[in-house]
Amino acid sequence: MVMRITLGGISKPHSSKNMKTGDWGTEFPVVDEEKCTACKACEYLCPDSCIVVVEKGEKKVAVPDYDYCKGCGVCFTACPVDAIRMELKDIYKLEVC
Amino acid sequence: MNILVEVRFHGRGGQGVVTAADMLAVAGFKDGYYTLSFPTFGAEKRGTPVASFLRLSDEPIVVRDEIYYPDYVVVMDPTVIGPVNVESGLKEGGKIIANYPKGSEDLKKSMGTKAEVDVYTINATKMAMEHLGRPITNSAMVGALVGATNIIKLDSLIETVYEWFGSKELAEKNAKLIKEAYDYMKEVCKW
Amino acid sequence: MKKVVRGFYSIAHSVKLCRPNVIAAYPITPQTEIVENLAKMYANGELGDCEYVTAESEFGAASILVGASATGARTFTATCSQGLILMSEVLLNAAGMRLPIVLVNTNRAISAPLSIWNDHQDSMLLRDGGLIQIHVETNQEAHDMVPVAFKVAENSKVMLPFMVNMDGFKLTHAYEPVDLLEQEDVDSFLPPYQPPAYLTTKNPLTFGSYAPPHCYAEFRVALQNAMLRAKDEIERAYKEWGEIIGRDWGGHVVGENTDSDLVVVSMGSLTGMARDVVNQLRKEGMSVGLLKIRTFRPFPAKEVRDELSNASKIIVLERAVSFGYEGPVGIEVKSALFGLSPEFYSFAVGLGGRDVPREELVKIIRDVYEGKVEQGFHFRTIKEFEEVVV
Repeated sequence: MVMRITLGGISKPHSSKNMKTGDWGTEFPVVDEEKCTACKACEYLCPDSCIVVVEKGEKKVAVPDYDYCKGCGVCFTACPVDAIRMELKDIYKLEVC
Repeated sequence: MNILVEVRFHGRGGQGVVTAADMLAVAGFKDGYYTLSFPTFGAEKRGTPVASFLRLSDEPIVVRDEIYYPDYVVVMDPTVIGPVNVESGLKEGGKIIANYPKGSEDLKKSMGTKAEVDVYTINATKMAMEHLGRPITNSAMVGALVGATNIIKLDSLIETVYEWFGSKELAEKNAKLIKEAYDYMKEVCKW
Repeated sequence: MKKVVRGFYSIAHSVKLCRPNVIAAYPITPQTEIVENLAKMYANGELGDCEYVTAESEFGAASILVGASATGARTFTATCSQGLILMSEVLLNAAGMRLPIVLVNTNRAISAPLSIWNDHQDSMLLRDGGLIQIHVETNQEAHDMVPVAFKVAENSKVMLPFMVNMDGFKLTHAYEPVDLLEQEDVDSFLPPYQPPAYLTTKNPLTFGSYAPPHCYAEFRVALQNAMLRAKDEIERAYKEWGEIIGRDWGGHVVGENTDSDLVVVSMGSLTGMARDVVNQLRKEGMSVGLLKIRTFRPFPAKEVRDELSNASKIIVLERAVSFGYEGPVGIEVKSALFGLSPEFYSFAVGLGGRDVPREELVKIIRDVYEGKVEQGFHFRTIKEFEEVVV
């Protein structure tokens, strides 16, 4: 296969959108929507901009984007009301061997 | 030159893939081998698939290319299987030692592994969570590799762990973890 | 004591034993852990009365060392790639000011595109700057060459900056056994620095002053003469190192079976594998030898010519490109061979950290031996590609 390179390494924006990093982590964050106060601490601090506060019905809550979340746990650490917990992915839970 | 053993480690940044090979290089030297370990030189960030390499020899090691034809492959993270061809170039009679909770038969089937390759699995993440409270699998997988292959003496490895970790408490936890994984794998491999 | 250590540590340990007075550095991959280790030693009080300065940039680090060296301090820094070229303005001044700053360059590719990985493009850019440059093959050699660097740089017949080049990642990040030097070993080899002139507040001096056309050229001739004297002094220091420490790394070049039909020329960490491949091919009956170049500046043209005068085919393994011409080592080797006419081949391999598999070296040597390649400069370990705008 012939590799394509661009003049001087120019690249178009949003190339990281194609790089889904959601399978990288061992744990993933789960938001307790009851507790979430939509303070945006997680949104500001997420190093990958993949937890965002959105309107959900009558409430605003933080929603992680599992396509890109690497499970670093910054949101979990930052949440002032303990509304985020980290859960182990299923693949690590099974015990058959 | 006479390279005795070549091992390739696969995992993700932050799981201690590089440290695993490094610890074994130190431990192997205690056993009287010349050793060389080095990482693939990927972006140094948590989560990216990374690999590292270990060579053991009875003479000084001058060969510094990556390991394309390993004797053993250690997989620290089940999710790199697939995105990364971990079996690539594995020698005939080689072994794959994987952190894969669903067991070796499942892994063999899902990879379509050749019959002559031995696949051994261990639930290293669970073990690491029990001993360390964190899903860092390198100690368990180092123990598993040595348990499956006997390439390095367990005592040398444990000695290395105590030198490696600044805190005695952490060293003890890791040493226990290594021992458990070692015993488990030794039992599985029946030697 | 022989110990398995990371390449970074082998440098830091050696620097410590050289009793430096001032270290100034700015971190850059793959140099970072050298200065991290030194900073840790400094914080633990292991560096005696050494000053460790975390500079605001490589330009700042080199500038601090120029000032420190002018006061008679033994000075050290480490850098690479963009950091080295940011330092270059200052380092070339240091050469002209005849200040014996020692630096370790952990060879890394040059941007753009951004690459943190290994090749020799960075040090080659400083080829003409008046810095002594050597390349090492292993972490043991890197460890041993730091005291040699200080000894030669501070020699009153030389007085030039000295750059030890070690391949980034391939050496810096590798754990391997290194026989770590003891303080008394280094003390018996490396005397304290005796600066011929130095700056104090009571004795103000100007370093690197203004030179109009009526005298500039003479300073440059003096610089060239110092470089040429350095050639002998380096050789002497190499030999003395072998005698005192017991590890003889050879002279400016190390030839093995160079009376063969084909000789492979290599520099840096690739040399070990090249030697291994050459030995394998010799066992198969091929007439092939190896020439390792250790000193790159001053260039050991006579030694290279002597070693290569019997070869009918020469291969140079390049880790950099002089864009618009060919590989920089090949250019030097060819010029050293002026008047002789062997077949000449040079191959740029492993640019920007591309791995050079053993099979690739075997193929290069076989192809040349069997007459399958045209003479001249080639790229290898390259994928087929096309260049598009975006």
